[in-house]
Amino acid sequence: MAVMTKAKKNFVSPANVGTQEPVQSNKKVAFQTKDLNLWYGEDHALKSINLEIVENEVTAIIGPSGCGKSTFIKTLNRMVELIPVVKISGDILYREKSILNKSYKVEELRTRVGMVFQKPNPFPKSIYENIAYGPKIHGIRNKKILDEIVEKSLRGAAIWDEVKDRLHENAYGLSGGQQQRICIARCLAIEPDVILMDEPTSALDPISTLKIEELVQELKKDFSIIIVTHNMQQAARISDKTAFFLNGEVIEFDSTDKIFSTPSDKRTEDYITGRFG
Amino acid sequence: MKYFDSGQIQKKLGSRLLLNQVAKRLFFLATLVGLVVLVILIYRVFSDSMGWINFDFLSNRLSTDPQKAGILGAITGTFWLMVVVAPVTFFLGVGTAIYLEEFAKKGRFQSFIQTNISNLAGVPSIVFGLLGLTVFVRGLGLGAVVLAGGLTMALLVLPIVVVSAQEAIRAVPQYLRDASYGMGATKWQTIKNVVLPAAIPGILTGIILALSRAIGETAPLVVLGIPALLIPLPEGIFDKFTVMPLQIYYWTIDAALVAEYANLAAASIVVLLFILFLMNSVAIFIRNKYQKRY
Repeated sequence: MAVMTKAKKNFVSPANVGTQEPVQSNKKVAFQTKDLNLWYGEDHALKSINLEIVENEVTAIIGPSGCGKSTFIKTLNRMVELIPVVKISGDILYREKSILNKSYKVEELRTRVGMVFQKPNPFPKSIYENIAYGPKIHGIRNKKILDEIVEKSLRGAAIWDEVKDRLHENAYGLSGGQQQRICIARCLAIEPDVILMDEPTSALDPISTLKIEELVQELKKDFSIIIVTHNMQQAARISDKTAFFLNGEVIEFDSTDKIFSTPSDKRTEDYITGRFG
Repeated sequence: MKYFDSGQIQKKLGSRLLLNQVAKRLFFLATLVGLVVLVILIYRVFSDSMGWINFDFLSNRLSTDPQKAGILGAITGTFWLMVVVAPVTFFLGVGTAIYLEEFAKKGRFQSFIQTNISNLAGVPSIVFGLLGLTVFVRGLGLGAVVLAGGLTMALLVLPIVVVSAQEAIRAVPQYLRDASYGMGATKWQTIKNVVLPAAIPGILTGIILALSRAIGETAPLVVLGIPALLIPLPEGIFDKFTVMPLQIYYWTIDAALVAEYANLAAASIVVLLFILFLMNSVAIFIRNKYQKRY
C-alpha cells in the first residue's frame, strides 16, 4: 500500500524516457529478445518485444489478464510451442545464442531454463521421486548422487526440515504451499541457470506466499529469476526490475523502484495505482 | 382478461394426469421386458445345468458320452487364446492410442484414423472371421490354430482397447506433462514416466473388458473352421483348439441327437458367465482403486 501512495506522489518524471534501453550494469545478460512477435492463430499476443534480462536479478512481469505476460515467459523456454497454432517471429538470445534456431534443442534449453507453474503440479509420486525426476531423465542413476541432489534441492527450496522424515510419502499429502516449494526444489534439481515463475503464488494463502517470496530473495543469489505476477505489491517487494505489459506490448521496463515511484508512462501509472486491471 | 381460470385448468387436468400415468407405466414395462428375459434366461440355464457342474465336468476332456464329457479342452483353448490376444491388443492398442494422443499432429490424417477406428468397432464380427480365414489361416498358412484365432480376435477387439486407452491418456492432466517437459524431458520420457503410470488403470480396465468380449465371441471362430472334436489339449499357440462359446454352440446343435448335451451346454454357459463376471469385477476393482489420484 505504501508503494501505491508513493507512486501517486511522484508520477511526474520527465527524465529517463527510453524505457526499453538496457540498464547499465556489469552483470551479464541472460536473455535478450529482439523484435519478438507471437501469434496464436490470428491473435497477435506479443508485439515487438525488446527486453534484456540480467543474471542474478529478479525480473517481474506485471500487467492485466490477457496482456501476454504468461505467454512471454513460456516463450523463453519454448513451452509455448506445445500449443499447435503458435507462430513466432523475431529472435530470443539466451546467453548470446538464438534459442528459436531449430538446432537449439528444447530439451537442453529447458534444463538451463527451469520453470515453476501457476498451480502446484507435483507428480503423483513420492517427494523423493519428484525431486529425482529431473536428474533421472538426464541420465543420473547413481543412488548416492541422487540422494545428495534431493537433499540439496529441498534445502535450497527451504522445505528440507519439513519433509526430511517423509521423503518417501506421496507429495500429494503436502499442503499447497509445501507442494509449490517441492516444485521449486524439483526445478532446482536440474541446476538451472534461469528460473521462470508463472504466478507461483496465485493459488496460495498469504503465509505460503510470504515463504515463497523470501525464497525468491534467497534464490536470486544463484539464479536469474523471471516472475510473472498479477500482484503489484509482490512485484514491488521482491523484484529488481519490472516490465509492465499491456495488450502484448512492453509499455515500460525499468528498475522496480522507478516503475513504482516515478513511472514514465501514464498507462503504467494508471495500472500500478489501481485505476484499471 | 385471465386466460387461466379454474375451469380451464379443470377441463384438461384429468386427461393430462391420465396420460402421465400411462407414460410412466409404459416405460416401466419396457424396462421390465429386459429384466424378465434376463431372469428367465438365467433361471433356465441354472436349472438345466443343475447337477452337471462338478469337478469331473471341469477336468474332463470332450467325450461322446455326456456323463464323461467335460470342458477342460475348451477352457484350455480359451486360456491360450487369451495368451495371444492380451499382448497383441496391449501393444497395438496402447501403441495406437499413444501415437494418436501424444505424437500425431491434430489434423486431417489424425481425424481420418480416428474415424476409421470408430468404423472398425462397428464392423460385424463375422467379417473379422473372414479376414482371419483369408489372411492368417490360409494366407500365412497357419491353419485353424490358436495363433490364427488369437490374431483375428485381437483385431476384433482392438478398437475397444484403442478408444479406452485414448480416454485414459486424455484424462491425464496437462499440468503433469508440462512439469515434465519443463525440466527438459523428451516426449517419450514424459509418456513413459508421467502419462502411462497415471493412465494405466484406465488402460487395464479397457483391456480386461476387451478380453471378456473376446472370450464370449463365437462367429469369427466358426468362420475360421475351429472344430469341437476330440482333439488333444492345446499346449501352445501353434496347436489346434476350441473355446467355450464354440463348445456351447456345437453341444446346443447336437442336443437334437443326445438330449443331455443341452445340460452340458447350460453347464458351460454357467462356467463362461462366471469367468466373465470375475473379469468384469477385476476391471471394476481396478477402476475404483486407482480412480482420481490427482
